[in-house]
Amino acid sequence: MKILVCMKQVPQKDAPLKLNESGTWIREDVSYEVNEPDAYALEEALRQKEKHTGEVVVITAGPARSQQVLREGLAKGADRAIHLEDNGFVGLDAFNMAKAFVAAIKDEKFDLIFTGLQSDDYGYAQTGVIMAELMGWPHATIIMEIQKTESGIRVKRELEDGWFQHVEMPLPALLTIQSGINKLRYATLLGIKQAKNKPLRKVTMDEVKSALGENLQKIEKLYVPQKTKKTEMLDGTPGEVAKKLVDKLRNEIRVM
Amino acid sequence: MADTILVIAEQREGKLNRVSLETIAAAQAIAAETGTTVEAAVFGSGIAGIAQEVAGKKLARVYAIESPKLAKYEPDGVVAALKAFIQQKKPSLVLMPHTYQVRDFAPQLATALERTLISDATGFHKDGGKLVFTRQMFQGKFAADVSFACPAPHFVTFQAGSFRGDKAEAGASPAAVETVNAQITDGVVRNQPEDPFKEAKQAVDLTQAEIIVSVGRGIKEQKNIELAKALADALGGEIAASRPICDSGWLPMDRQIGSSGQTVSPKLYLAVGISGAIQHIVGMKGARSIIAINKDAEAPIFEIADFGVVGNLFDIVPALTEEVKKAKAGS
Ligand SMILES: Cc1cc2nc3c(=O)[nH]c(=O)nc-3n(C[C@@H](O)[C@H](O)[C@H](O)COP(=O)(O)OP(=O)(O)OC[C@H]3O[C@@H](n4cnc5c(N)ncnc54)[C@H](O)[C@@H]3O)c2cc1C
Ligand SMILES: Cc1cc2nc3c(=O)[nH]c(=O)nc-3n(C[C@H](O)[C@H](O)[C@H](O)COP(=O)(O)OP(=O)(O)OC[C@H]3O[C@@H](n4cnc5c(N)ncnc54)[C@H](O)[C@@H]3O)c2cc1C
Repeated sequence: MKILVCMKQVPQKDAPLKLNESGTWIREDVSYEVNEPDAYALEEALRQKEKHTGEVVVITAGPARSQQVLREGLAKGADRAIHLEDNGFVGLDAFNMAKAFVAAIKDEKFDLIFTGLQSDDYGYAQTGVIMAELMGWPHATIIMEIQKTESGIRVKRELEDGWFQHVEMPLPALLTIQSGINKLRYATLLGIKQAKNKPLRKVTMDEVKSALGENLQKIEKLYVPQKTKKTEMLDGTPGEVAKKLVDKLRNEIRVM
Repeated sequence: MADTILVIAEQREGKLNRVSLETIAAAQAIAAETGTTVEAAVFGSGIAGIAQEVAGKKLARVYAIESPKLAKYEPDGVVAALKAFIQQKKPSLVLMPHTYQVRDFAPQLATALERTLISDATGFHKDGGKLVFTRQMFQGKFAADVSFACPAPHFVTFQAGSFRGDKAEAGASPAAVETVNAQITDGVVRNQPEDPFKEAKQAVDLTQAEIIVSVGRGIKEQKNIELAKALADALGGEIAASRPICDSGWLPMDRQIGSSGQTVSPKLYLAVGISGAIQHIVGMKGARSIIAINKDAEAPIFEIADFGVVGNLFDIVPALTEEVKKAKAGS
């Protein structure tokens, strides 16, 4: 099976974030990492390839820094990478981002495309489904298991409150992958070394521009949300805090 | 219906998903500010009863979009039916709850109409003449005001809990219900869904627990879970966790709290090293008291905590365990 995995670079979870000057995004001087579900999507693609043979290709859109996620993908075992490299890509809405991806892979023939179920930063939860519709492919979201069948695949969708559902679908298809579908592997030293020699194709904004339109939505402003609830903060040394907490547990929360 | 807001209510297995009432409340609130009318639609097979139930709310009209092909949810049939319906009725705004089902079909629907969806919004306001929707970003650390930059129809999904379902206004008399027979051509539907199921019965039922100590990724390593367990034991409570802890296999899945885990309402929920993502919050916000311990003063969990401690859990949790033991021994 030939599988494409969309891997997005997002700010690290613990990174302290600051607003940029125009108040429309965060300042870029933070550390970045692979969007969590995308790491699971890559792992799943590698496992499928190990089972059924084929090829795993990783793709990202973003500035030069985002090449790091492709390097990580290659080091873990992806065969090649595609980088839509331009600062402008991150300013696209999900509709145009999906169009850019579709344009960049128009000469490829994948059986499956995996995206994460949503990004940790913008969290639109749409890019994959939009890509599927643009390509005329079927899709299924929030996937926790993939089996190959005679005629296509059978996937397990996560539903709310501990419910699941199996769905049979034909190929080619697009799946959005949920964190926890598998256990992640680490890149080996050998893998990291080999990654340096694997092919990485760069796609410029000019190459896909004709496929893109105006953004259909606009971020007016970004801000720190107003606190609605008054949390009573307890401070002091750990010992002092512990005493204060026990006092609350006894006299206010009354569970002791 | 150019100046109409259309609410797409959700039903599953013949039952109205109550979160749809929140979406109706949102639509009524937007209509009150913009002078629009609100209509609703339900889709499925044999859904007249649900349409009647929805029609009890203050709505101009309710559509029951029917087809035997819509009996079991899958996205293609739904998109075909709703696309045709929306093209014919031309609502200006289409509102849906941000459920798993909506996440599955709504981006496809918006794309099929060459429009866009503002997903997972938590509120709205008018900014000049423009409707602006608020949504959380960066896992709740920031909020953003987002607007549409394209012609109608505009699609928005609302996060569960953003509006109060019990505030959805009832109508003086039931709204008219109109049945729409959806035409879904053969071959449109590609996926074959099977019946939803639950995984083997859960071993622990946290819904009955009075005290829950819940750990998140701040715990760093599997072996550190013992620290939280010791605190839970001292308090006589249960241990639970955020999703990443269960994904990593550090605690079994049935101890996961949140939208894809259990929903609990203990007397005390003590969140240790949990950031407070919305998918976690929905599972525990009903707790009577919430204590949060987190090293990041900006963590969204403090937004819903009654008592907060900013600091290193590796210092605070052991100290608290000792103090609890001491207090219990003394009393
Ligand atoms: C008006 C506007 C302005 C914006 N400005 C900025 C900005 O200045 N800086 C900025 O960083 N972002 C910006 N964004 C965010 C934008 O780039 C989103 O990332 C994009 O719209 C995709 O949505 P999402 O990340 O929420 O993806 P989701 O739909 O939540 O992502 C689902 C999956 O799609 C895949 N995917 C999505 N995007 C990428 C990608 N770039 N590379 C690889 N895989 C991907 C991943 O597999 C991911 O798990 C802006 C968005 C809008 C609407
Ligand atoms: C469809 C869907 C369903 C989901 N379902 C669920 C669900 O059911 N349940 C769930 O929990 N999540 C769920 N999630 C995931 C959710 O979005 C979050 O990713 C997750 O809840 C984050 O877990 P966390 O708070 O443990 O980790 P993080 O967000 O990484 O937070 C860790 C926290 O620990 C703090 N910390 C770090 N070190 C220390 C220290 N030494 N001392 C004190 N504090 C420290 C950090 O400041 C941070 O706030 C779901 C996501 C999706 C998209």
